[in-house]
Amino acid sequence: MARGGGELIREHMSGKFIIPREELMHPGHSACPGCGEPIAMRLLLKALGPRTVMNVPAGCCAVIPGVWPRYSLKIPLIDHAFECTGATSSGIRAALDAKGMNDITVVGWAGDGGTVDIGLQSLSGAIDRGTDFLYVMYDNEAYMNTGSQCSGSTPWGAWTTTTPGGNEISHRTGKKRILEMLVENGISYAATVNIAFPEDLIKRAQIAQSIRGPKFLHILSPCPSGWKMDPSKTVEVAKLATQTGMFPLYEYRDSQYQFTEEIKDRKPVEEYLRLQRRFRHLSPTQISEIQNLVDNRLRELDARMEASRK
Amino acid sequence: MYETYRDLPPIQITTESTKGNQTGTWRTFRPVIDLDKCDRCYTCWIFCPDVSIIVEEEGDYPSIDLIHCKGCGICANDCGPGAITMEREPL
Amino acid sequence: MIDALTANQAAAIAAKLARIEVAAVYPITPQTTISEMMAEMVSRGELDARFMLMESEHSAMSALIGASYVGARTFTATSSHGLALMHEVLMWASGVRRPIVMPVAARTIGGPWNIWGEHMDVITERDVGWMQFYCENNQEVLDTVLMAYKVSEDPSVMLPAMVVIDGFILTHTVDAVSVPEQHLVDEYLPSFNPDPVLNIDDPRRFGGLIMPDWWTEFRYRIALDMEGAKKRIQEADAEFGKIFGRNYGGLVENYRTDDADVVLVIAGSAAGTAKEVVDHLRDEGLRVGVARMRVFRPFPSEEIAELNSKDVIGVFDRSYTFGDGGAMFNEVRSAMHGSDNIIKNYVGGLGGRDVTAAHIEWIFRNMLDILDNGLDRKIEWVGLRDGSGRW
Repeated sequence: MARGGGELIREHMSGKFIIPREELMHPGHSACPGCGEPIAMRLLLKALGPRTVMNVPAGCCAVIPGVWPRYSLKIPLIDHAFECTGATSSGIRAALDAKGMNDITVVGWAGDGGTVDIGLQSLSGAIDRGTDFLYVMYDNEAYMNTGSQCSGSTPWGAWTTTTPGGNEISHRTGKKRILEMLVENGISYAATVNIAFPEDLIKRAQIAQSIRGPKFLHILSPCPSGWKMDPSKTVEVAKLATQTGMFPLYEYRDSQYQFTEEIKDRKPVEEYLRLQRRFRHLSPTQISEIQNLVDNRLRELDARMEASRK
Repeated sequence: MYETYRDLPPIQITTESTKGNQTGTWRTFRPVIDLDKCDRCYTCWIFCPDVSIIVEEEGDYPSIDLIHCKGCGICANDCGPGAITMEREPL
Repeated sequence: MIDALTANQAAAIAAKLARIEVAAVYPITPQTTISEMMAEMVSRGELDARFMLMESEHSAMSALIGASYVGARTFTATSSHGLALMHEVLMWASGVRRPIVMPVAARTIGGPWNIWGEHMDVITERDVGWMQFYCENNQEVLDTVLMAYKVSEDPSVMLPAMVVIDGFILTHTVDAVSVPEQHLVDEYLPSFNPDPVLNIDDPRRFGGLIMPDWWTEFRYRIALDMEGAKKRIQEADAEFGKIFGRNYGGLVENYRTDDADVVLVIAGSAAGTAKEVVDHLRDEGLRVGVARMRVFRPFPSEEIAELNSKDVIGVFDRSYTFGDGGAMFNEVRSAMHGSDNIIKNYVGGLGGRDVTAAHIEWIFRNMLDILDNGLDRKIEWVGLRDGSGRW
């Protein structure tokens, strides 16, 4: 059976911390058991350190940090409406600069619906304004806080409550290619990262932090209840997403695209799909259709990388 | 700590951590670490969504904060040497 | 220094005098010239503020909420559809107690399209927890922006404020405006030092989830503080008078109402016309007066209740909210509940139609007729083409 991140970590020396020790998150937050979001948040904050200010819109990310007067993070956090993560980050950055606090990292942290759908305009505006901040999209591939409705980042064929038969009703094009959209918008740095590859996640976050201007991280963040899977499989499923090519890890830096995690011996997508009951209804034909989509997508990415190096 | 509206801060602001939330009561299965099998790779510590794997110092064996552990089982699923098992909590 | 300024220029100059630190702008007619003038002042180095070009009004307000938490004095301006688009974040701004000051060039909301002045945009935002100041002229616009910061940032208030400028009638017409000296403004308006403020060394969460066990208490605090703002507005107005030699009578400006039998309650630039008409009718010996609604939020219930002794009250709404009469009418009527005077609603000046001296004179003569003969009808649209429009 495919093990999760353990294989990767065991290659390192025993008894040593291979990622930053400092905890910027308290236990007792409100995430469901096995949720990917707090794993992503905890790793990201370990990477960025305590001189970080964050703003979050509606979504699971507004619930997980806890109920007033309790709070789970050790950095200042500002809550705001759903569609304005980029704009709020711009305002925080402007005021910090006006007050001479230029060394503080500003992070806008939003889900996939809050990013690729309702928050897209404000994120695009923040890039256009050249706001020096890091935008992080934790992607659980649907509107999970409202109970699994299809978003622009839901993969083709997935069950959601608004695509009860898979998404042939609408949402025909599958996940919006948000990273490429933002590159064309003029972002300074962008990368896909995955909670199952924590060292890479931390490295990409720190690279992003070192670059001035608008930066973007796209984190795959499995949702056990929405993906209809065993909560213990969160890291394992996340890892398979990359190993099957469903969620390739790559970055855009210095005007070039490159893979950050080479996929050797790519596994068939079925290994990823069968662990999640949101894909249970798929016929063998539909599964091979998804395999084709992934194959084409990777070929396309290869071509994009090739072209960017010319 | 607040009794009436008069005690409220002028602006809504948090004043304490979520450590006071005993999320361990959500648990159905409890992780149990077999220290003989544990090779201290700290995979469990890295992936715990609930900051509930405790490693005090480098070299220490991990332990579990059962006040907060929600029993998701990621630690057991991803433990390379299979040192963690999930055991049913008594009803 | 006396300068010839439009109200929009006066608003931008007031923002500079207030030493705003962060501005977020997005164009919309007839507000745009405020944003343009701010841009010019920043590029010339006259205004030391972070100047953000936004991609919508919703984003402009959202950015200012973030900036305000960090402790910056913030400014934007909008109008009409822009204000409507902000609706959600207007409530956010007041709910999390950010003292943002925003001139609004009051205008219609489509459709169909109409870019001209009325109060529909601001009246529909009367319930969002913002203070609302309605200005009569360009001087008052400049002065009210300064006063609005003073009141909004008062630790006992901490609520945002709209400064309402009648679209085109004030925004685009030039008038003599006395521009105060910077050192006097600094004396009047100290720097913004909110407590609590975002502090990297004392990390807190602002605006996070509140359960039913405390939500009511937080709303009650806003209600109390909005009520308390009435006194702060009167104080700010009085202090303004001491330093700058002019003030505006607090929440309601009573003009020749002392011995009046009939009083017209009216807001914005049309109040100037109404005062003019009062003077003429007084020359005829008619006992008429004007109560200018300068502040609609917080609602001046005590000042309005003082008009209970008047026999006939007219309320002029420069908008219509499709209820049982206009919004201002209804609030005035409810503040007078229990008194035995007659209250009538006049609606007019919509979509850029002038409110002329003839309209106002007709209103006063109609009220005087009611004084003798009783109420003819409850709601009257004034200046309709067929001359009626009444029920």
